Amino acid sequence: MPVEYPSSGGLVGEHKAVRGGVGIFDVSHMGDIRIHTAKEPGGALRAVQHLAMNDASKLAIGQAQYSAMLYPQGTFVDDVIVHRLGEDDYLLVINAGTREKDMDWVRKNTAGFDCVVEELSDSYTQLAIQGPVAVDVLSKLTDVNLDAVKNYWFTHGTVCGLKDTLIARTGYTGEDGFEIYVPSDVATSERVWNAVMEAGKENGIVPCGLGARNTLRLESKMALYEHEISDTINVWESGLERYCKMDKGDFLGRAGLEKAWAAGVTRTLVGLEMVERGIARDGYRMVDENGNAIGVVTSGSPSPTLCKNIALAYVPPEKAEIGTATYVEIRGQRCKAQVVATPFYKRVRKTSAK
Amino acid sequence: MAYPTQYRYTKEHEWIEAKGAAATIGITDYAQHELGDVVFVELPKVGAALTAGKTFSSVESVKAVSEIYAPANGQVTEANATLQDKPETINSDPHGAGWLVKIKLANPADVNGLMDAAAYEAYIAEKQKEASA
Repeated sequence: MPVEYPSSGGLVGEHKAVRGGVGIFDVSHMGDIRIHTAKEPGGALRAVQHLAMNDASKLAIGQAQYSAMLYPQGTFVDDVIVHRLGEDDYLLVINAGTREKDMDWVRKNTAGFDCVVEELSDSYTQLAIQGPVAVDVLSKLTDVNLDAVKNYWFTHGTVCGLKDTLIARTGYTGEDGFEIYVPSDVATSERVWNAVMEAGKENGIVPCGLGARNTLRLESKMALYEHEISDTINVWESGLERYCKMDKGDFLGRAGLEKAWAAGVTRTLVGLEMVERGIARDGYRMVDENGNAIGVVTSGSPSPTLCKNIALAYVPPEKAEIGTATYVEIRGQRCKAQVVATPFYKRVRKTSAK
Repeated sequence: MAYPTQYRYTKEHEWIEAKGAAATIGITDYAQHELGDVVFVELPKVGAALTAGKTFSSVESVKAVSEIYAPANGQVTEANATLQDKPETINSDPHGAGWLVKIKLANPADVNGLMDAAAYEAYIAEKQKEASA
């Protein structure tokens, strides 16, 4: 996936298309791991419960959840979307940059469980169709009633003549949309891409790159590995504890998280809006009024939707209250910012008439 | 977009137009294209000294920060105030209204060592070939 497509009007044009209409992303670089029953049903669920911090036992067949795999100390191996495909059958969608590491981690930590682990990353191309009219575009290409697929649910159906295609109402943009999984051979994935582009023509669909993917997810405060989450950041710090079910039974990282909680949380993720002129960027230092380092910016960019300069940063909990004045060091200059409520952008959900 | 023949160019994609000791500096069409939508420009104050090859300004698009290097030694006589409110002028008119600073050259002959339009066009053609290879 390129950073941007000049033909789409570049990053800002792509970003606005997704917020106001529809865009398509080639996210075939994402990894897919299927974990299913070997001998006795229940083995796959036990493996997933051990591996990932959310409670997979709460998933119905056809439902997905945001979760994460943790190191023993409670820091992140990766964040994942867990899909329950069948009775004792799960699909974990993982990040591109961490694919090999994740795969090794899953194999090593499921070895003692009665389950089969398959890497499907190279078998499927994942296409994300995102935006308020994504549903209208995809409807033209499938026999599935997409209105029946709720947010974070999925189904299987025919898309562009391809039977049994996984269609999930998920995404990384903070907008309504779908992710579809089609066979990865070049001819098939190109055919589907072109069909989606054609179907979306009247809705002004554009191909979108990594740049827009980043600004869209940042506005919606969705974590990016090696930025908001990493092998040195734990769940309490990241603010993702609502996806971590400490009471579901033991899992990898649970003991470490208990210890980290007892030791006290020394930094927390906050949203920032720049008050003075300047753009906070990834890795810039957060400083206090005397210029002392207090933290670091994990992601920062102009927000194309809000027309403000926004950022996510780790700061001490006592500096995290909404409205707190703080500073970002930009090329040696202190630049004033303010802690604000997140997500920066929240879509207006259509109220269902059902 | 054509590259004005009276300008001189750097490998870092700045242009400079010198008329005697008075010169205007900006970034090239190629540079603005690589950056994408410009949203912020940081400029030096009037009177600031520029040193050839050293950064004196930064231009930011949504996706990245780009440092701008001085094509020659000199002293800033004017910074383009338009860019504070309309940084996108750099995208729409990089070789004209999107200029960054005007300077008084320390040594007007310095500019002669830079690329002319033909040499610069050959240089970016080579870059584009590398990128598509």
